[in-house]
Amino acid sequence: MNMNKTYLSNDILLQVEKPARYIGNEQNMCIKDPAQVDIRIAFCFPDVYEIGMSNIGMQIIYEMFNRRKDTYCERVFSPWVDLDKIMHERDIELFTLETQTPVHQMDMLAFTMGYELCYSNIMQVLDLSKIPFLSKDRTDDDPIVFGGGTCAYNPEPIADFFDFIYIGEAETKYDEVMDLYVSMKGKGRRAFLHEAAKIEGIYVPSLYEPDYYDDGRLKAFTPLYDDIPTTIKRQVVMDLDSVRFIDKPIVPFIKVTQDRVVLEIMRGCIRGCRFCQAGTIYRPLRERSVEYLKDYAVKMLDLTGAEEISLSSLSSSDYSKIQELLEFLIQYTKEKRINISLPSLRIDAFSLDVMNKVQDVKKSSLTFAAEAGTQRLRDVINKGITEEDIMKGSYDAFKGGWNKVKMYFMLGLPTETEDDRNGIGELCERIAENYYTIPKEERIGKVQISASSSFFVPKPFTPFQWAGMKTAAEYREMAAGVKDHIREQVNQRSIKYQWHDPEVSVLEGVFARGDRRISQVILTAYKNGALYDAWSDYFKPEVWDEAFAACGLSKEWYNRERDLDEMLPWDHIDISVSKEFLIREWNNAMNGTTTPNCREACSGCGARCLGGGVCFENKN
Amino acid sequence: MKIRIKFSKHGNMAYIGHLDLMRYFQKSMRRADIPIKYSEGFSPHQIMSFASPLGIGMESDAEYFDIETQEGSSMLREEAMDRLNAVMVPGISILDWKELPNDTKKSMSLLTSADYEVKGSGLDLSLIPEDMKSKIYSIEETKDGVFMRIAQGSTVNLKPENVINVMTGADAEADKLLARAKYLIIRKEMYGPDGLTL
Repeated sequence: MNMNKTYLSNDILLQVEKPARYIGNEQNMCIKDPAQVDIRIAFCFPDVYEIGMSNIGMQIIYEMFNRRKDTYCERVFSPWVDLDKIMHERDIELFTLETQTPVHQMDMLAFTMGYELCYSNIMQVLDLSKIPFLSKDRTDDDPIVFGGGTCAYNPEPIADFFDFIYIGEAETKYDEVMDLYVSMKGKGRRAFLHEAAKIEGIYVPSLYEPDYYDDGRLKAFTPLYDDIPTTIKRQVVMDLDSVRFIDKPIVPFIKVTQDRVVLEIMRGCIRGCRFCQAGTIYRPLRERSVEYLKDYAVKMLDLTGAEEISLSSLSSSDYSKIQELLEFLIQYTKEKRINISLPSLRIDAFSLDVMNKVQDVKKSSLTFAAEAGTQRLRDVINKGITEEDIMKGSYDAFKGGWNKVKMYFMLGLPTETEDDRNGIGELCERIAENYYTIPKEERIGKVQISASSSFFVPKPFTPFQWAGMKTAAEYREMAAGVKDHIREQVNQRSIKYQWHDPEVSVLEGVFARGDRRISQVILTAYKNGALYDAWSDYFKPEVWDEAFAACGLSKEWYNRERDLDEMLPWDHIDISVSKEFLIREWNNAMNGTTTPNCREACSGCGARCLGGGVCFENKN
Repeated sequence: MKIRIKFSKHGNMAYIGHLDLMRYFQKSMRRADIPIKYSEGFSPHQIMSFASPLGIGMESDAEYFDIETQEGSSMLREEAMDRLNAVMVPGISILDWKELPNDTKKSMSLLTSADYEVKGSGLDLSLIPEDMKSKIYSIEETKDGVFMRIAQGSTVNLKPENVINVMTGADAEADKLLARAKYLIIRKEMYGPDGLTL
């Protein structure tokens, strides 16, 4: 067309679903003159636009790069399957949204990776950008490919595809990396990457060599030079008030998954649930001040015109000023007719009161992440919620008018028995019976309990990183067993039960604890049609099974239980939480001993050495 | 107070569909701090209604939607337009802000016809079938392509795509879209029952 150009031609844009995914030009999009900058970055969330634009990490880093006068950071997302097909058929290159420029013309291509199932989409983005898949095959004509995010904590399965990987929170070291890049322009990618490897938090996979035993276990992991670190240190922003959040959120035209302003109130979590990776890799808990958050809430709502605002953190009830913050937001949003979407709050008198004020009680449901059906197993996983908490919480909620409850569980947790799995149905039953102890006049209709279970995937840097997984067939049997047991309950008609696709969980398990050899599997699977694996409609388990077979690797082997003294593919990353602590917690789990939360007592995980956050709360 | 707002939509903004455009304007009202009125009841929404949806891929020099502003509020035309244009994206411009008498009907129900400019060559007017001609009030070839005034609105409606499809001579559905994609289609103006613009 004319005024605002599009890279794709009119006939393509008219053929594909939601052409607005590919045109940019949104309110608050960063507009710069590319000719005036030294660094052009294409920044990718490897999933479709609606998913990527809902990711706050994406927006934070986008603004962070664009704050540099010498840098223009533009966005790129995975083309949906319909456009992907056309682009391959017609040999059309992938392009950025802001200036509609082919990605291959950029200086750098960055990925933020939130979940392992996006790996085939990373292949798609490299493919359509005409960038060689493997780092070793790239020349000085190719952009520098780097990445970060949650998956970076075990980057080995995708290490061969990245020129460098940033471990930890983005706000600390990227300026140094970009300054280095500018100063070394013209000296070639190898020289730049070698220097970058010396910056704390930067991991250059090509400069480290893994070595394996005959049985496949990792034997050694060696830096190829003396002047680069043997371990990579996780980057942490200790004072979250000292870094900017999202000053001008981009307002998508199309409806995205998170069609609201999201306030990141803190990072980290004090609870120490043993299955949870976020709980360790974001230690210690660090809060933003309530003034900072109030300020951002008002500004973000003003600049977007959004109709809804929500809070984001791992456990919002633990924010020390949650009461003050919510009271402010309730007051402010009421005047402006803005909705508040509440995060999962611990169910207690305070949260029920708040939820009553902001939600349509009739339509909303209460959420309990019990994760396990028996107290014994909840103690093993250190999930601090007790039967009493659930019963009292649900009772108070029922009295307050709620009749819908959502229960989240996991199957396949360490030490789990059939009794534990049966406990799921029995717990739901007790909640249902609890509902009917309320006098009939005070109840509205029947109680509706929605229980869902995912399959436990052991994650690096958790006390459960040594746990074994089962096969998809075994998981299916477990879920069937839970379903049957629910059907035997008196109030079974009030209990709905859903479970995740076990094949997906098994694959996630391999990626989570995989090593460098997995990269061949990912590439093979992509070339044979794997794409959008996180989407149940597009996940193709046969393609992945064939890829594993072709590469001579086994999913079961990667998902096996690990020995405590086995060298792990992520051991070269130092997250400031010690392996000794993780082993202590693993042993505690085996004994069914619980560990208090960080505010109750310090468990000596190691994060204290970072000198801030909850470790030093209330200490002068 | 009832207000009729006129805006234009050009360039890559042609690819924003009607529902998305509505949501865009709802947020724009907030960004511009326009005292728009909300409906009563359980899930209040802004009182805003559009004259006619514009097909994806089409540009426009004249789109209209009606809003109601809150009792007791008053906004001068210049200030309202300045505030809204300050929060518009490139490609969408506010062209007018008109106060209407309280008994004015919605633009959606007043609309009777619309002008379209179709830029590109190769359109054959003789291919237009008889039963379509009654809904085409005027049509002529221009140096750039074709200019037509067609029925548009809640009683009688003719989609411009249908006219263009027949003029391209394309048969199969897939071919129709490809054939149509060669043309730049611009809605030039919209009219009420008395032949005046909305």
